[in-house]
Amino acid sequence: MNTVTTPQHLPDPPKPATRHFRAEKFDFWSFFFSGLTGLATLFILGILATILLNILVNGWSAISWHFVSTIPKKDFFDAKTTGVLPMIVGTSFRVIVMTIFVIPVGVITAIYLTEYAPNTSIITRIIRAAVNNLAGVPSIVFGLFGLGFFINFVGKNLDLVLNNTNAVWGQPALLWASLTLAVMTLPVVIVATEESLKAIPPGLREASLALGATKLETILRVVLPQALPGIMTGGILAVSRAAGEVAPILFTGVAYYMASLPTHLSDQFMDLGYHVFVLSTQSPNIDQTRPILYATVLVLLFLTFALNLVAILIRARVRKKLRALG
Amino acid sequence: MAEILIPKIAPPAGGAARPKAGAPLIEIENLSLYYGAAKALKSISLKLEEKIVTAFIGPSGCGKSTLLRCLNRMNDLIDNVRIDGAIRIGGHDIYDANVDVIELRKRVGMVFQKSNPFPKSIYENVAYGLRLHGVKKKAELDEAVEKSLQQSALWDEVKDRLNASALGLSGGQQQRLCIARAIAIRPEIILMDEPASALDPIATTRVEELILELKKDFTIVIVTHNMQQAARISDQTAFFYIGELVEFDNTAKIFTNPAKKQTEDYVTGRFG
Repeated sequence: MNTVTTPQHLPDPPKPATRHFRAEKFDFWSFFFSGLTGLATLFILGILATILLNILVNGWSAISWHFVSTIPKKDFFDAKTTGVLPMIVGTSFRVIVMTIFVIPVGVITAIYLTEYAPNTSIITRIIRAAVNNLAGVPSIVFGLFGLGFFINFVGKNLDLVLNNTNAVWGQPALLWASLTLAVMTLPVVIVATEESLKAIPPGLREASLALGATKLETILRVVLPQALPGIMTGGILAVSRAAGEVAPILFTGVAYYMASLPTHLSDQFMDLGYHVFVLSTQSPNIDQTRPILYATVLVLLFLTFALNLVAILIRARVRKKLRALG
Repeated sequence: MAEILIPKIAPPAGGAARPKAGAPLIEIENLSLYYGAAKALKSISLKLEEKIVTAFIGPSGCGKSTLLRCLNRMNDLIDNVRIDGAIRIGGHDIYDANVDVIELRKRVGMVFQKSNPFPKSIYENVAYGLRLHGVKKKAELDEAVEKSLQQSALWDEVKDRLNASALGLSGGQQQRLCIARAIAIRPEIILMDEPASALDPIATTRVEELILELKKDFTIVIVTHNMQQAARISDQTAFFYIGELVEFDNTAKIFTNPAKKQTEDYVTGRFG
């Protein structure tokens, strides 16, 4: 065969244009919008940093071992002698008791909604709407609900049944404050659990069912272990929300002053958040109280951070275990 | 190939006795299935014998996977499914009101299109079904896990890392693990829904070889889109088209001398 030769009359092939992976022209709008998003982020971070630095700088000097380990006298506005041990104990207790109640109830509700409830039925829709609306109820309303339901109804009747001559359960108590907080944070746990249950591939459920597992066995052995990190995320969010809340415990368990630490679920307790409110509104000398006010806020921040950290560490362990084995 | 062991584990108590040799193991009689108002299967009748491989072929949406999922009642999980007609396995109507679906699924195992090992160790994946059905002794579990992994030709590749996560296996290994998991509880029938469609050619070959080995102990029904695969591994082939069974015969006949023009057009690649 003939070899193909390039005909002489054809012009030289055009030089390949230099290829740019970026647009050559300066694109004002894309620069503008990326700048805008960056500025917005910076703005938020700036506010956060201002708050934290302000608290840290002003509160740090007033914090001492004495401050965090002392049960104060009734006059707790004196910076030299006061302490916040009962508040640390009270806030920690109410958050832990709340977690013990809210996680099982929230998880079981979420399992019902995702695994059992018929998705299209009106009742399911009503429950979902109720859960979503619960998240929008102001926290003071939860406080009033706790007073009306837990103390005046459940507690008073419990006293009647138990033949208590003095009010034991029919009064503000650690248990009722924790339960009120549990009701308030229930939507957080339900939604987080539902999301993590929905994220589990349907193939895993099918595989289990096809091996002759019942629905319950499938949920307990395959679905729940996989959903555990998501459930714990819900728990972490609930703890974060509850630790700083004051309104729900206002009528249900918090005390202005107690001379001893709470030892029983029916005891009242002192609380960091509420103490901040007391220090800033009830002090006879606001300038003298300011350092301990800052220090109390700082302790509250540390405590919330510590409670979260514990939960995050446990979750990391669970994730690692799931990834390695299961 | 790994040594193929005769299963020693007795079928779970309460399981019906196997039918006599020669009698059809699976009888599908005038089966129709509706998704709401849509009729997905149109009075299908089929008889499948013991220890053979039957392939269901046909274009997408023809109802072959739906029919497969009727055989272990996985369709029960879908809302709005209604079934007419009967499916008998070993002479028992599996849609009878007093049938225990758990027991049925123990006897009719399933392997899915997308390999779906549990996010557990290799060992725990295979032991899962055994544990469900009450096997607790470590020695018994060990033996059954090894046997199933050998039978699914995976033992040599995983015997040193039984406690490693199953998710670390390759796609083909994962699918063979799913087969090991299915055969660990000694079903009589294994349903396979396009088990090799997501695998590369080498992994596909391994799964096909495995199916031919498993035929000695199990009755296999396989849905496949791959004509060559159906021709290579099945003894009988059923061709479906839009919810109807067009033709059912020996695989050799279907692929060389089909009775219906539609079948011929499909297996020669003229449509579908």
